[in-house]
Parts: sequence; C-alpha cells; structure tokens
Amino acid sequence: MAFSRARRNLIAELGAHAILLTFTVIALFPVLLVLINSLKTKKAIFRAPLAPPDAETFDLIGYATVLAQGNFPLYFWNSLFVTLGSLFLVLLLGAMAAFALSEYRFPFNRFVALYMALGIMVPIRLGTVGILNLMVATGLVNTHWALILVYTAQGLPLSIFILSEFMAVVSKDLKAAGRIDGLSEYAIFFRLVLPLVRPAMATVAVFTMIPIWNDLWFPLILAPAEETKTLTLGAQVFVGQFVSNWNAILAAMALAIVPVLILYLIFSRQLIRGITAGAVK
Amino acid sequence: MGSLKLTGIRKSFGAVDVLKGIDLDVADGEFVIFVGPSGCGKSTLLRIIAGLEDASDGRVEIDGRDVSAVPPAKRGIAMVFQTYALYPHLTVRDNMALGLKQAGAAKETIASQIEMASAMLSLEDYLQRRPAELSGGQRQRVAIGRAIVRDPELFLFDEPLSNLDAALRVNTRLEIARLHRQIRSTMVYVTHDQVEAMTLADRIVVLNGGIVEQVGSPMELYNKPANRFVAGFIGSPQMNFLDAERTGEPGCASVGVRPEHFSVSRDGGRWSGEAVHVEHLGADTILYLDSKEVGALTARLFGEHAFTAGDTLYVTPLEGQLYRFDADGRTLF
Ligand SMILES: Nc1ncnc2c1ncn2[C@@H]1O[C@H](COP(=O)(O)OP(=O)(O)OP(=O)(O)O)[C@@H](O)[C@H]1O
Ligand SMILES: [Mg+2]
Repeated sequence: MAFSRARRNLIAELGAHAILLTFTVIALFPVLLVLINSLKTKKAIFRAPLAPPDAETFDLIGYATVLAQGNFPLYFWNSLFVTLGSLFLVLLLGAMAAFALSEYRFPFNRFVALYMALGIMVPIRLGTVGILNLMVATGLVNTHWALILVYTAQGLPLSIFILSEFMAVVSKDLKAAGRIDGLSEYAIFFRLVLPLVRPAMATVAVFTMIPIWNDLWFPLILAPAEETKTLTLGAQVFVGQFVSNWNAILAAMALAIVPVLILYLIFSRQLIRGITAGAVK
Repeated sequence: MGSLKLTGIRKSFGAVDVLKGIDLDVADGEFVIFVGPSGCGKSTLLRIIAGLEDASDGRVEIDGRDVSAVPPAKRGIAMVFQTYALYPHLTVRDNMALGLKQAGAAKETIASQIEMASAMLSLEDYLQRRPAELSGGQRQRVAIGRAIVRDPELFLFDEPLSNLDAALRVNTRLEIARLHRQIRSTMVYVTHDQVEAMTLADRIVVLNGGIVEQVGSPMELYNKPANRFVAGFIGSPQMNFLDAERTGEPGCASVGVRPEHFSVSRDGGRWSGEAVHVEHLGADTILYLDSKEVGALTARLFGEHAFTAGDTLYVTPLEGQLYRFDADGRTLF
C-alpha cells in the first residue's frame, strides 16, 4: 500500500512539474527572444531570429543607440517615479480605506464599500476625455502627477476590495488588546493590522504595478512632453511608419524588464514569507 | 478602589436588542462571573465595560467615576481574551511592556512590573520568545501577565480558559484563583463553564437573552434559584423538571428535583421507572430512568452501584429538596 501510494505521488509530482516547466518555458520564451536579439546585429536578427548571438553576430549597437539617445535615463526615471508613486498611494489609501470599511460602523458603510468596488468593473479609459479636460483645467497636463493620480484611481477599487476582505479576518481581539494598551487607531493600523495583511498587500502591489509600468495610453494623452515621457512612450521614437530601429526597440524592451523584475522579486518574497508564516503558526 | 457599577445598560446592533437593561454593582475586590448560554450578550457586556463598544443606553461607573466617555486605555482596566490576542511581532517582554510604555511609565517601573508578573506566572524563561514559539498554556499565561503588569483596578476576562485542554484548564483556573487572593483586584470573568463559575466566583451573574436572570453567590444560585432557567442552568447533570399535574403537586405548574436529590431503591418508592442507561464514573453513578408516572428522570448517586440498564427502580425525592415553579417559571418558596 505504502509503496504504491508513494509511486502515485511521485508520478503526480512529476506531472505537476512537467506542466509547470512547460508553462514557464512558454511564458519566458518571448522574454528570452527579446534578450538574445537585443544583443545581435540587425541582419542577424532577421536572418536567424532564434539563434543566440555568436562572435560574428554579437553587437551592442541597440544599447548604444538607446543610451546615446540621451533622454532614456530620464524616461526610466519617469516610469519608475510614476509607478512607485502610484503604487505607494494605491497601497496606503487602499489599505486605509479597507481598514475603515471593515473596522468601523458608520452610516452607509455597505453602500460606500459597494461604490468603491464598482470601479473594478468600469474601465477607467472610458473617462479619458473627461480626465483630459480635468487635467487641462487643473494645469496638470505634462506632469508626473497627472499620471500618478489617474493610476491611483485606477488601482484603488481592486486594492480596497481585496484588502478589506483580508482586514475583516484580522483578529478582533488583537485590535481590542491594542486599544486597551493605549495604542492609537493609527498605531493599530500600521503596527498590528498591516503586518498581518502583508501577503495581501504584496498581491495587490503586483497586480497594480504591471499595468502601470506597461501603460502607453495615458502617458501618450496626459504627459507626452519630453521631460515627462515614460519608457514605453519613449521607446516609440524607434518605431517608424516605414522603418523601425529593431536593435534599439529590443534593447529598450530588455532594459525595461529589469526594474519590474526587481520590484516583483521584492514583493513575491513578501508573498511567500506571508504564506509560510501563516502555515507554520 | 476598583468598584464597578452598571446602570440600565442597553445595546442594540441594528434592529437586534442584545442587552436589554443590565443593572449591576460589583464591590471592590470582588470576583464576579457572568454565565449564560451562547449568544446571550456576555462578551458584549464585557466589551462595553472595557469601552471597546459603546452602550446604546446606560451608565458605566468604575471606581465611582462615570467612564462612558473615557477611552479603554484610561479606564484602569486590563483584559484577557479567549484568543490570547498577543502581539505576534513582539517578544513576551515587549508584549507585557507595551501598555506601560504607551502610558509613559518609567523604564525601572516597567522592568520591575515585568519581573513581578513573570515570577508570579513562572514566565522568566520565556521573556525573549515570540508568541509563535510558545505553547497554548504559556501564551495564556503571557496574556494574563500582560494584564497584571498594568496593575489595573479592574480585570476583565473573556473565557480565558476555553482554548486550553482539560488538565491545563484546571491548572490555570487554580492560578487565577491564587492570583485573585494575592492581588485582591476586582475581577469580572465570562465563562460558560459551570465548574469555573462555581469554583472561582464570589458572585455569579446569570444572563439570558440580554437580561440578568439572577445574581448571587454560587450556593445561593444552587439552593435558591429564582426561576426555572437558573435552576436548569446551575448544576450538572441538569435539574429534572416534571409536570406538576403528573406528580400531583398542588399550586404550581412544574416541579424540579436535582439528580443528586433522589434516593433510589429496588424495592419501593414514590415513582417507579426503568433504567434506560447507566453511567459508572467511579465517584458517581448516573441513572437515566424512564418513569411511567412522570416521564424521563436523571438521578445521580454517590459511589459505585450495581445497577444496569433494564433494571426496574424506585426513586423518591429527598425531604425538602423539591422546587416548585409557577406557570411563568418563577420559583415558589
Ligand atoms: N458586531 C456585531 N454586530 C451585530 N451583532 C453582533 C455583533 N457582536 C455581537 N453581536 C450579536 O450579539 C449577540 C451577543 O453576542 P456576544 O458575543 O455578546 O455573545 P456571548 O454571550 O459572548 O456568546 P458566547 O458565549 O458564544 O461567546 C449575538 O447574538 C451576536 O450575534
Ligand atoms: Mg463571548
């Protein structure tokens, strides 16, 4: 009995790994393709797109173009600033709203929660014209804040929805103990509740960050000026109507992966730590 | 110094009235226990005393001072929770120190208070550990330690032992009794364990459906229950309630006899019945009888007896141990 069960487990495990590995390969293939081709000459890219670079075809011309373009470090900074700024506001305001909605009884509590969650279903791009008018009226066009405000609004509904589910299950007694020990509501929120919902925060962070980093729509409409261009928008200079500078496009894409990858690694560490901390408790 | 006075406490959650007017006086140094069935509002009442919940109506006075507008930390109370509610990211020492730190106590005071509490609860060896590295019993002792350290006028306990196993529960119960003798603070304690209530309390408050059914010492409640509910709630196994028409008792709606107040014989007695089930506990023997005259009966005999299921037995209530209740369930004395 024990033997056959052990064998079955082994087969099941191999199967699971095979599926996961296949998925990983499929998911990573385009990324790998971008990386290897960004290191090749233009001819080699088109002649043998799948071949890794060798001594003859190795060429850093793409990276040289991107860095020589001068403004790319600025675009980088713009993307990073807008993404981190939005992420910070989405997490902070989302967690605070979720705490208030799940912890305090006030009139229309349920209604407000529902109203917030409604935003998940309505794409914010539908309001582009209105948003543009608003930004023009407030003089925020071509500033980082135009993008940060829009992305914060875009990220909040899901963040509030997910976080309030998690906050609702944080022990009521723990918060009561904090109140009896004289902690302020802010201390209870920041010191007792937030550490316990860290895995949920990491999930929300990942879901919020990636669409912001990749977005082309709002930078194009709200902040197309040279000094506020984001990386995705900046890379468009290499895309021509008739000729595209593929070396530069691929190099820009390869470079754009790095910051999100780093952020993702940070958050997923939190995610895993949160899960295992709960499991072994 | 730690007296507590509740006047007309009411609480509703939306349309649901959970507490319907509670009046209670607790003297300084007294150990008072709230008992009652699940959902009767014991925890809600305790949370109102602590200031964690606002009463819809009524006054809470601690030490003669109306605390209705005073935040929990300033009420001079400490609370121990069923789920321990220790701060997971702090060590045992910091868990105990937090309240005093927040109140701005001097470092030396904090250190000496922690030393005193950890000696009292034998926690000296665990001060540097985090709650996750402690057993359930140790966690509950830390929770009690956290309460002691604050040197409160009033201790509040919400079912502090219900997450512990039976042996540990007895130990911790003794520890709480010793603690009360030692520090003589006022204690208000919620439980639905009768043994805890009977052994620890100076006075027991029986709650049911948001009202106080009776307040009294354990023996008062046992010997002079005010009504059928209290009579049935205090004592284990539960009191037998018999239809007065079938027993032929005049002037009442029902009569009650505690299982331990029967004499049992094989030869003759007031009511006959067949033993349906017999439990031999060594110290006690519990008989479940089906009587032709009065219906189902439970009898508890001390010591070992050789009765078995199927025996026909006769039971007679002991002299003066019959309770009589009117149609509304009030006890007639
Ligand atoms: N925040 C709340 N909102 C709505 N109803 C509540 C709330 N808290 C408690 N109640 C209701 O109030 C009633 C009393 O609850 P409470 O927790 O005081 O019961 P209890 O006597 O402590 O029960 P137990 O012995 O099971 O702990 C219950 O019916 C409960 O459903
Ligand atoms: Mg309760």
